[in-house]
Amino acid sequence: MIEVSGLQKTYLMGEERVAALADVTLSIARGEHVAVIGPSGSGKSTLMNILGGLDRPSAGTYRFEREAVGEFDDDQLADFRNRRIGFVFQSFQLLPRLSALQNVELPLVYAGVDPRERRERAAELLGRVGLGSRMDHRPTQLSGGQQQRVAIARALANGPDLLLADEPTGALDQATGQEVLTLFDELNRQGLTLLVVTHDAGVAARARRRIAFRDGRVVSDDGAGA
Amino acid sequence: MKTGDLFRFSLGAIVAHPMRSALTALGVVIGVAAVVMMTAIGLGAQQQVTSAISGLGSNLLVVTPGAGRGFAAQAAGSGMGLSDRDAAAIRQQVEGVVAVSPAVRGGQQVVAQGANWNTRVEGVTQDYLAARDLSIASGRMFDDREAQQGRKIAVLGQTVADELFPGLDPIGQRVRIGTAPFEVIGVLASKGQSGFGQDQDDIVLTPLQAARSRLFGRRVKGDNVQQIYVKAADEDALYAMEDDVKALLRERHRIAPGADDDFQVQNMASILEAGQQATQTFTVLLAAVAAVSLLVGGVGIMNIMLVSVTERTREIGLRMALGARRSDVLMQFALESVALSLGGGLIGLLIGVSGALLLARVGQWPAAVPAWAAPVSLGFSVLVGVVFGAYPAWRAARLDPIEALRRE
Repeated sequence: MIEVSGLQKTYLMGEERVAALADVTLSIARGEHVAVIGPSGSGKSTLMNILGGLDRPSAGTYRFEREAVGEFDDDQLADFRNRRIGFVFQSFQLLPRLSALQNVELPLVYAGVDPRERRERAAELLGRVGLGSRMDHRPTQLSGGQQQRVAIARALANGPDLLLADEPTGALDQATGQEVLTLFDELNRQGLTLLVVTHDAGVAARARRRIAFRDGRVVSDDGAGA
Repeated sequence: MKTGDLFRFSLGAIVAHPMRSALTALGVVIGVAAVVMMTAIGLGAQQQVTSAISGLGSNLLVVTPGAGRGFAAQAAGSGMGLSDRDAAAIRQQVEGVVAVSPAVRGGQQVVAQGANWNTRVEGVTQDYLAARDLSIASGRMFDDREAQQGRKIAVLGQTVADELFPGLDPIGQRVRIGTAPFEVIGVLASKGQSGFGQDQDDIVLTPLQAARSRLFGRRVKGDNVQQIYVKAADEDALYAMEDDVKALLRERHRIAPGADDDFQVQNMASILEAGQQATQTFTVLLAAVAAVSLLVGGVGIMNIMLVSVTERTREIGLRMALGARRSDVLMQFALESVALSLGGGLIGLLIGVSGALLLARVGQWPAAVPAWAAPVSLGFSVLVGVVFGAYPAWRAARLDPIEALRRE
C-alpha cells in the first residue's frame, strides 16, 4: 500500500541544513500493524507527517496505492488526509467547544457529508469505541482514556486506509493506555492498517512489525515487509 | 465542505465568546450608528432649507429696485425704482411668464371689534396667489380691476383671521388697517410655518392701489412698487426668463451697456440650489467624520481576529489535519469577521435610525433617515468585515499544520 524510496527531509535551521530524514526506503502492506520506534529527533515523527500528508518530502518518492502523494498540491493533500488517513495524537486534539459527537463529525463535515448521515455515522463510531452514552459530553467532561477513544472514533470517521498514531498512550496512565492499545489491536484485526510512532517499548511490543529509526535512517526492521 | 457548515463554524466561534464578540462588533455598531445619524441630520437640514426656500414660491423671480449688493444701496433708492409699468411690460413682453404681481409691503396695526393685531400687509394684484403658491380657503380674492382701482377690501391670512375674529366668519366684516377701514372678502388657506420659522399665515393682502394710497403713501411714490414677483411655468423656463427680465428692465430704465443694473433679480431656483449645495456639503462632512469611526471599528475587528487566529492556531492545525483545505480555513475566518461586522452594522443601523427618530421628535430637528440607509450601511459593514478580516484570515490559511499542531 505504501511505497517510500530514497525519502529525504531537510530543514533549514538558521544557516545550517539539518536532515530529519536521510534516505529512507520502506514499504508497508495493507493490514499491517507497524510500530516506528527510536529516540526523539530520530526522524520518526517527520516520517509520520510525510506519510500522513501533512508535509512534503525534500527528495525521494512517496506512493500511496500507486499515487504520488509527494507531488500533491495543498488541496490534494487536504483531501488525502481527509479521506485516506486517520490521525491519533498524543494530546488527543479535541476541540473543547464541541461535544464528543461534533468532534467525531468534523472530518465528515470537510468531506461534505450531509448532516443527518454525519450524525448517524459519528454516533455509530462512538458506539464502536464504547462511548455510545457519552456523545453529548464535552471533552473536559471525559477522562483521558475516553477523550482518546473519541479521537480514535474521529480518525475512523471517513473510513481511512491508514491510521497514524503519534504516542497514543503518552498522556494516559497504564490501565487506560492498555485499553486504547486493545482497541487498536481490534481495529487491526478488522483489517485497518496501523502505524504507531512511539518510544514506549511496551507499545512497540504490541505491533507485529517494528521499524527502528536513528538519525533519520532505518536501523532495523524486523517485519517481513511487502 | 458545505456552505451551511461554514456558517455554523463561523457563528459558533462568535457565540462561544459572547462578550469578546460584542466588544469587537461595538466599533462597527458605533461607526454605523454615527454615519446613519449624521446623514439623517444632514438630510434633515437639507430638507428644511429646501422647504424654506420653496415655501417662498417655486419657479419664482423676485425683482427689487436698487443696484446694491447691500441694504444701504437699496435704502438709498438709487436709480428709478420699479413701477406698475415695469410689471406690465414684463407680463406683455417676456416669454413664458405665468404670473406677475407687483407688490408694496409693510407692517401695520390691524383692528377689528376691539381686537388688535400687528401684521404684515402686502398690496398686490390677483396674480400674487399664483406667484406665491397660495390659495383661498373661503370668500374670494380681489381681481386685477379691483387691485388697480384701490377698493378697500382685504384678504386675511389664517392667523390674522383667528386673532381678530376668533370663532367667527370674518367674510364681510370690517377691519381697520392703520387708519383706513377695509372690508374682509376672503381668507387664505393656511400654509403653516415657513422653514425659516416665520408664520406664513400672519399676513393681510389688499389691492395694490389701496395699499399705496391708504397705507404706504408716505413711502411709495406714484406708481412705484417695492417688489415684482414673476413666476415661470417650470424651472427650465426660469433661467431664460431671468435673462429676459433683466434685458427688458435695462432697456426700459435706459441703462447704458456696461453700467450696473438699478434693480436686482433674485432667482429662487438658484437660491434653492445654493442652499441645497451648502447643506449637502454639510451632510457629506458629517458622514465623513462618522465614517472615520467606522474605519476604527474595522481596525478593532482586525485586531481581535489576529488575536483569535493566534489563540486558535492549534485548532486550525487540527482542522487542516482532518482535511480542511486552506480555502476552508480562509473562508471560516473571513466569514467570522464579516458576520461580526454585519451584526454590528445591523445593531448600529437600528440605533442610528431610532436615534434619528428620537432626535426628530424630542430635539425638534427634522432628521430624515434616507431609504438607502439600510442597504448602504449594511453593505459598508460587509465591506469593512471583508477588508479588515482578509489579512487575519489569510494568516490563518497560511499556517503550517505541523507547526500549528505543536503549538501549546
